[in-house]
Amino acid sequence: MGKVDFGGVLKEVCLEYLPDLQVGEYTIVHVGFALQRLDEESALQSLELYRKLGALEEEFGDQWGLAARQAGERRPPGTEWQAVTE
Amino acid sequence: MKYLDEFSDPELAKRLVDQIHATTTKSWAMMEVCGGQTHTIVRHGIDQLLPDGVEMIHGPGCPVCVTPLEVIDKALEIAAQPDVIFCSFGDMLRVPGSERDLFRIKSQGGDVRVVYSPLDALRVAQQNPDKQVVFFGIGFETTAPPNAMTVYQAKKLGIPNFSLLVSHVRVPPAIEAIMQSPDCRVQGFLAAGHVCSVMGTAEYPELADKYGVPIVVTGFEPLDILAGILRTVTQLERGEHTVENAYQRAVRDEGNPVAKAMLADVFETTDRSWRGIGMIPQSGWRLSERYREYDAEHRFQVADITTQESTVCRSGEVLQGLIKPHECEAFGTLCTPRNPLGATMVSSEGACAAYYLYRRLQTPEVVTSGG
Repeated sequence: MGKVDFGGVLKEVCLEYLPDLQVGEYTIVHVGFALQRLDEESALQSLELYRKLGALEEEFGDQWGLAARQAGERRPPGTEWQAVTE
Repeated sequence: MKYLDEFSDPELAKRLVDQIHATTTKSWAMMEVCGGQTHTIVRHGIDQLLPDGVEMIHGPGCPVCVTPLEVIDKALEIAAQPDVIFCSFGDMLRVPGSERDLFRIKSQGGDVRVVYSPLDALRVAQQNPDKQVVFFGIGFETTAPPNAMTVYQAKKLGIPNFSLLVSHVRVPPAIEAIMQSPDCRVQGFLAAGHVCSVMGTAEYPELADKYGVPIVVTGFEPLDILAGILRTVTQLERGEHTVENAYQRAVRDEGNPVAKAMLADVFETTDRSWRGIGMIPQSGWRLSERYREYDAEHRFQVADITTQESTVCRSGEVLQGLIKPHECEAFGTLCTPRNPLGATMVSSEGACAAYYLYRRLQTPEVVTSGG
């Protein structure tokens, strides 16, 4: 068992399924069990990627997408915008 | 709390929404499997931010909702016995059985206790050696490892008065059943992130291939959901159908190997009937032979169960994604959280409860197209 801080509330949690969890790491807890660690680096990467989404659009200018949004309509077929994925 | 607020950031949500709009050229219908995701979507109005024609179909991933009526009735019958302490998570208390619920059993003098963890129920058993202590073990692959560990501990510590009433269910066979339904409109799936935290992603490529559907492992915060939708739409627009992980901070391909090994020891797969849906082959877990003495169904011979489902409730169609909650005639009138006809109106993961909580004043406007 170990102590997990839920935003200020401390609770005893079973760590049998994550035996190598270190003090200071983040974890997903379900019904009193730590089931998986939360990877801080990949959380930050995802947020960074979402931040870039708009920036890339500004950079490369999806003019059809912009025009479609202004018109309040769906973009015409054949003008597909390649979404940025990880 | 760390990584909750960040993944609800409105500015980043807007970027993802814009990107989804910029990517979409056709109409698409995708299913979020998990009831927790349904609540995020309905609560934040995510479905209302999507391009016209991109529809979220709410899936069957509400553990309380799909627990078969027969098992609920068994639970009620066991809980009403005089020498039994019946332990459960709180969300089962008001799930309607054929005639009553656990809340009613308690008010009639039964010893029903709400626990936070199955280990609490094991402690109750240690403290009450003269009573039979039964824990109601329901849920998907996320709740199965805690219950498996508890039974393992009961056996290891030799706690003879503890048993588990088991009705576990698994996501992949449900996806298969949904795709095989003749009425199926689902073109892609947001897979349940926390199920994959435990099980990993190995079960999904075969399903994506067989049915030609993208399967995107997705988390539960607004940005997670939007990222899952973006990746699904992107695959659909490109005519692709692969398994992607949009919840990398919590899901590794291999899942949690320690938990999977425990599941393999304590449980075995079995056919399971899902409330409102019907029997799905190999979609459940029950205790394996080694642990059968801890099986409450084995310990308590509860026979002569005649189930009686509400004739008005359409929760089965809601769970299969065939109708939206407010399309049921009883929604918000005959059926409310105070007087629920079906489990979907009770559970914090039920689609009817989500619509009642966040949408009942505006449902006339949110009638969505049939696809």
